[in-house]
Amino acid sequence: MSTKPWFSNLKCRECGRLYEKEAIHICEFDFGPLEAAYDYDAIREVFTRELIESRPQTMWRYRELLPIDGEPTVGTQVGFTPLVKADRLAKALGIRELWIKNDSVNYPTLSFKDRVVSVALSRARELGFKVVACASTGNLANSVAANAANAGLKSYVLIPSNLEQGKVLGSLVYGTNVIGIKGPYDQVNRLCSEIAGKYGWGFVNVNLRPYYAEGSKTMGFEIAEQLGWKLPRHTVVCMASGSLLTKLHKAYKEFIDLDIVEKSDFSIHGAQASGCSPISTAFKAGTEMVKPVQNPDTIAKSLAIGTPADGYYAIRSMKETGGSCEDCTDEEIVEGIKLLAETTGIFAETAGGVTVACARKLIESGKIPSDESAVLCITGHGLKTQEAIIGKVGEPRVIGPSLREFEALVADEVGTKN
Amino acid sequence: MPIVRIPTPLRKLTNNLEEVTVSGATLGVVLDELNAAYPGLSERIVDENGVIRRFVNIFVNDEDVRFLQEKETPIQEADVVSIVPAIAGG
Ligand SMILES: Cc1ncc(COP(=O)(O)O)c(C=O)c1O
Ligand SMILES: [Zn+2]
Repeated sequence: MSTKPWFSNLKCRECGRLYEKEAIHICEFDFGPLEAAYDYDAIREVFTRELIESRPQTMWRYRELLPIDGEPTVGTQVGFTPLVKADRLAKALGIRELWIKNDSVNYPTLSFKDRVVSVALSRARELGFKVVACASTGNLANSVAANAANAGLKSYVLIPSNLEQGKVLGSLVYGTNVIGIKGPYDQVNRLCSEIAGKYGWGFVNVNLRPYYAEGSKTMGFEIAEQLGWKLPRHTVVCMASGSLLTKLHKAYKEFIDLDIVEKSDFSIHGAQASGCSPISTAFKAGTEMVKPVQNPDTIAKSLAIGTPADGYYAIRSMKETGGSCEDCTDEEIVEGIKLLAETTGIFAETAGGVTVACARKLIESGKIPSDESAVLCITGHGLKTQEAIIGKVGEPRVIGPSLREFEALVADEVGTKN
Repeated sequence: MPIVRIPTPLRKLTNNLEEVTVSGATLGVVLDELNAAYPGLSERIVDENGVIRRFVNIFVNDEDVRFLQEKETPIQEADVVSIVPAIAGG
């Protein structure tokens, strides 16, 4: 791979001002988020399906469209998770064709966050950081902790103190510094925003945000490649800050602009939990003014961001692509987790339950027409949020090690042999 | 006097000060006073119509002013006003 400067600048999404590729994340003039900008003409000359296909099956096969200067050094094996055809779930939801993008088996920490962390920490090293950190609803903390451990970087992860045990242990085990903050995620965010500048740390979702965010595009690139170099007609994805949704949009647009895929209609739909649905509430009210939720209350803790930084742009992306937005209750989330597991063999965390439950509503209401095709993005693994379903998926039936007891138990369920 | 905490991207305008003190009975007045002391600061925080910019969060003692009275939020002598940029997901 060459190290031509494909990645040229940071650019304000609001006013378009250009900035150097440093550890900065907002425009000094309007606080607009800075985003990675590329030399697309240079990329177009080399970036082809053949080139991509010739590379290892990881997210880095799209490296020309990722914001680092040299070769990736952290998370080089992340990505290229399975895209699974889900015929039984399609039938249950009443749609012609359905696919699951299964990031619940992303490497190494079982959520899509390994994608963003791989980019953020590779960039953190290029920028000379020795300590990395994040504010997290759980999954990001797990991924920063694991990838930093592997890279030999010191890490601090700040999380709300009431997260699921799987998420807490899934950070502690890597020997990181886990700091629980009393209060909801938005307070963790505020604190991190204030300490980020102070200690000279690389905060993956604060001063490294422009690099972090771009990592999410690789989910979109992979979906298009795995569909045989085609864009999906519909994509459904859950939202916390809304960043992932906006980056799927950017990924599809980049593939069209670079002639990697043919231009075709695509719609991106957002999913939230009703207990914290600032983006969906604004979308349904027909406004782009996202009103923060002060006290999120949902079992989908990974999505419980009351002040979503990319809410505004997520609404724009949904509108621009003819997408729509839904939200669902805690009961519907559990039903979604169960339905996905029973029809596809995929065990999703609560965020995945949100995606499935909202997809069901979008199909039922015709916003996703039943004769079309959709991809559901499953972004995290169910073993991390066991609390959400304990007692709701039944209990094992316990018997002695006796053939008679077993036969009594299954007598009504199976026919006799032969 | 109330303390205003200045985020890193705006410190070029406050001679690198992290905190400044300004008087004012409401947030709106505090922002005006801030601008008098450090010209150009307030236009970064509010738009042409005087509305707090989309990507700026302002907290008075840990409480988002959008849950209080926005620019009309009363400010007490011992209050801490924090200007905080939005953060990506987690
Ligand atoms: C499992 C999972 N899915 C989706 C998201 C949403 O990400 P975003 O903040 O980019 O909307 C998160 C964020 O923490 C998450 O943990
Ligand atoms: Zn700008």
